[in-house]
Amino acid sequence: MLDVRNLEVVYEDVILVLKGLSLQVPDGDIVALLGPNGAGKTTVLRALTGLLDVHHGEITRGEVTFDGERISDREAHHIVAGGIAQVMEGRRVFAELTVEENLRAGAYTGRTDGSTDRVFDLFPVLADRRKSTAGYLSGGEQQMLAIGRALMADPRLLLLDEPSLGLAPQLVEQIRDLIVEINAQGTAVLLVEQNAAMALSIASHGYVLETGKIVLDKSAEELLADEDMQEFYLGVQAGGGRRSFRDVKHYRRRKRWLS
Amino acid sequence: MTFFLQALSSGLALGTVYALLALGFVIIYRATDVLSFSQPALMVFGAYWTVYFATVIGWNFWVALVLAAVIGAAVGWLVERVLLRPLVGRPPFSAVMVTIGLDIVLRVITDDLLGISQRTVGDPFGLQVVNWGGVTIPRSNIATVLGAILVISLLLVFYRTTKFGLAMRAAAFDQEAAMAQGIPVGRMYGLAWALAGSMAAIAGTFISMGNSSLSRSTWVFALRALPVIVLGGLDSIRGAIVGGLLIGVIERMVGAYQPGTAPWLGAGFEQVVPYIVMVIVLLVKPYGLFGTREVTRV
Ligand SMILES: Nc1ncnc2c1ncn2[C@@H]1O[C@H](COP(=O)(O)OP(=O)(O)OP(=O)(O)O)[C@@H](O)[C@H]1O
Ligand SMILES: [Mg+2]
Repeated sequence: MLDVRNLEVVYEDVILVLKGLSLQVPDGDIVALLGPNGAGKTTVLRALTGLLDVHHGEITRGEVTFDGERISDREAHHIVAGGIAQVMEGRRVFAELTVEENLRAGAYTGRTDGSTDRVFDLFPVLADRRKSTAGYLSGGEQQMLAIGRALMADPRLLLLDEPSLGLAPQLVEQIRDLIVEINAQGTAVLLVEQNAAMALSIASHGYVLETGKIVLDKSAEELLADEDMQEFYLGVQAGGGRRSFRDVKHYRRRKRWLS
Repeated sequence: MTFFLQALSSGLALGTVYALLALGFVIIYRATDVLSFSQPALMVFGAYWTVYFATVIGWNFWVALVLAAVIGAAVGWLVERVLLRPLVGRPPFSAVMVTIGLDIVLRVITDDLLGISQRTVGDPFGLQVVNWGGVTIPRSNIATVLGAILVISLLLVFYRTTKFGLAMRAAAFDQEAAMAQGIPVGRMYGLAWALAGSMAAIAGTFISMGNSSLSRSTWVFALRALPVIVLGGLDSIRGAIVGGLLIGVIERMVGAYQPGTAPWLGAGFEQVVPYIVMVIVLLVKPYGLFGTREVTRV
């Protein structure tokens, strides 16, 4: 179980991005973390995985525990070795390496014997292209490779940062089904998404993050039924409305949530 | 023809040593984005230990060479851990300054160890030559080429097939993504420095075999590997190898033919050849023959 309590994160010593954020991911669950651009979703994942340093960021308050052990001051590789793996925003596959080498890199911590069976079962297309250079894969294939690479660390908790971003609707559906399958194999998932409809369709619980604060914290069903949620996150998905419009209204309404 | 082949063989021997030295620079640059100016001093320092074990203590030359490579690796690793790790995340410029300072310190230490004399590295070749159809080739040159091929092959196998080699390539490509896979990137930096340190020790030993010897001025030799990496591309392993061979051969060809054909260029003209080749290549291909990364700082 992942437990985040009152997390406060600051970049460059002055830019306060997370303002006392708490969330939980119980073992074996899928939890969605939703929110607009710049809300701080990626920052949450960085804080969980020891990657704030690289961005000149720092946890200034609060703590993160995983199965009761404090991990908020651990180095990235210890966190991965402890069973938390992530798929970063923008896939970040090692484009110069082959598919197989990317997967081997994912197995670095040695939590498994390095067998690719699980990944190739989930993503047969990767098995076919195991010798190809990762940079030449399509966007969807790269996303699968990024997920497969993270699974090579045999995580108990998988963090996914906007896996549907930039993918065609059909591929989004495929990725969603794969997340369900990975979860069914016993891996808990924290799913960061802007595509709320997709995320809530498979999550058991959801959090909505806006400018560094959790503004909604409910079960997926309740969120799907929530009026604000429907109007600002789900309606937009269905209607395909433009973001600028959404953001304006969003701002007005957010004040009400916060007050 | 004989003359040509002799120049070619000595050029290849020189070129493989340039390649070894250039690989040291490239390995560190790829891993850390820092151009290490301490390679010249690391080279002489590392080679000193071959001198020490082979001639002072009197052990077998090859054993001495391996020990020197191990010491070179240990020193490289230590340097990264103690001096450079604290600078990770700062502009590469500060790290480059540290490598320059380190070069000076190491040179002072090495000068002291070496004394002012020419020291033989205790290789078994001396002035022996082999005669292949009229072409006489120093045995030390053959040993250098074979030794360098062995070392470079081991390095490539390491990069291609081992877990650590793969992790180093991943970290060089995308540091943060490598960290996210659980690769301890700092340790990869240390490994890069260790590899570069041992390559420098081996290169320094090779260049001092045969009719050469190790002295304080051997240091200058490593500076000529700088044109090699600029030629090959700062981040290219292949570039270091091809560039090293190319410059080694051109340098020796010029050394062989220029005094006869263009004496007005003066004696010792071959010494500046690497720099001339470098300038010409830079005019045509600013990132070197195989380089990809834009060189913005230092
Ligand atoms: N390294 C950094 N230095 C300073 N500010 C940063 C840094 N990284 C992110 N920020 C700021 O922190 C805020 C949150 O960024 P973050 O990337 O976590 O948002 P996000 O919710 O992931 O957005 P998106 O949906 O666009 O990915 C933004 O305002 C961003 O400008
Ligand atoms: Mg983000």
